[in-house]
Amino acid sequence: MTEPRSGIPWRDATVRHVSHPVPRAVQLRLEVPDRPEHLPGQHYVVRLTAEDGYRASRSYSLASTAADPLVELFVERLDDGEVSPYLADEVRTGDHLEVRGPIGRWFTWSGETPALAVGGGTGVVPLVAMLRHSIEIGRPDLLRVAAFAGSPEELPYAGELSAAGALLGFSRDRRGLEALAGPRLSAARDRPTGRVRGEDLEALLAGGQTAYVCGSAGFAESASSLLVTLGVAPEQIRVERFGPTG
Amino acid sequence: MAGPTRGFTGSARHRRNSRLPPGQYDVGSAYPVLTAEVTPDVDLSEWKLTVDGLVAEATSWSWEEIRALPGSEFHGDIHCVTTWSKLDTSFGGVSVDTLLDAARPSAEATHVLVSSTTGYTTNLPLADLRGGQAWVVWTHEGQPLPREHGGPVRLLVPHLYFWKSAKWVSRMTLLDHDEPGFWEQNGYHDRGDPWKEQRYQGD
Repeated sequence: MTEPRSGIPWRDATVRHVSHPVPRAVQLRLEVPDRPEHLPGQHYVVRLTAEDGYRASRSYSLASTAADPLVELFVERLDDGEVSPYLADEVRTGDHLEVRGPIGRWFTWSGETPALAVGGGTGVVPLVAMLRHSIEIGRPDLLRVAAFAGSPEELPYAGELSAAGALLGFSRDRRGLEALAGPRLSAARDRPTGRVRGEDLEALLAGGQTAYVCGSAGFAESASSLLVTLGVAPEQIRVERFGPTG
Repeated sequence: MAGPTRGFTGSARHRRNSRLPPGQYDVGSAYPVLTAEVTPDVDLSEWKLTVDGLVAEATSWSWEEIRALPGSEFHGDIHCVTTWSKLDTSFGGVSVDTLLDAARPSAEATHVLVSSTTGYTTNLPLADLRGGQAWVVWTHEGQPLPREHGGPVRLLVPHLYFWKSAKWVSRMTLLDHDEPGFWEQNGYHDRGDPWKEQRYQGD
């Protein structure tokens, strides 16, 4: 495989922290030498190389902001995947991973304009970067976040999202909600379990905002269609769909 | 540059196929959906496909008109820049050659900017749309092309990464220069040859 000539180079990242905050997922914090700044919403490519030279690479959104000295990835473990089981099960502190980034200049928020961010499951990861950025620049008022998962225990960054006032919705059960704290928790308790609904999002619309929707293909389709139904112009909706791509 | 990743062997299922371009894996029977915008409801009574720009005769086809053109099918593999490939799939529609032959590109035309009903755009060298390498399609494996996969009508350029195969295609404008489209303005490669791993600008 040829190396990029003048594009984004591969960098040798060192794994500094490995944790498993929710089942079937891993949070990795990487030290990436000479990395360029990134915007909230961008992703990195991780490339693994086997002894015989076989390579596999996948893209993962960053939860960290440019101000963070490390790059934080949050990866869901897909049982029939190739890269995510390795990252979730094998990677240890001190390991080296080849990474490339930041990638993608569309699903990004610079923190200058009002935004509504809607995420499902690990789709909340780029939204966490947006949330952290909004706090760092002192403009948390510009960003509203809605985060959905099967249950609180399965929601990545549940504590951080809840503390920052994100609207939380759960499709299956609310087990684990009592462990969270935050200003909108009564809404999460009162909300019937079920998938994302128009009334969840309607309460967060401010007008004039750009909407960012991230999640599985099914979630992204539902949430983006609901926003259109609620009157948000399709041109104001940016979508990042991900499939079971391992 | 870097050597092997400690403990990584790759999975037999993912690495089994020698037909895969570098860095790609076989997604099997799945067909992931990756789009950056809201899935549109294209009204076929209003839809038309236009070939314009540096052509002798700007030409448009309605849904009925394009389906009346001689049909053409593709059987083979498609490759998404996010690293999945789908092998042995098929699409049906019309060859882009048929459309270009009708509009008659000018001698100075070198590139094409393709647009969709959503405002999505992508750029290609004209040569990549010529010679039986590109189609405008409305069936996938014998069924009507689903909305989320670009239905009712999308471009198909299977020898390039799949973001070049614009969903909900509505216009092809011939130019005498290359003009970056949506993903190309957002960091992706102007040509996107999977066999050369032209994923991002500069690759």
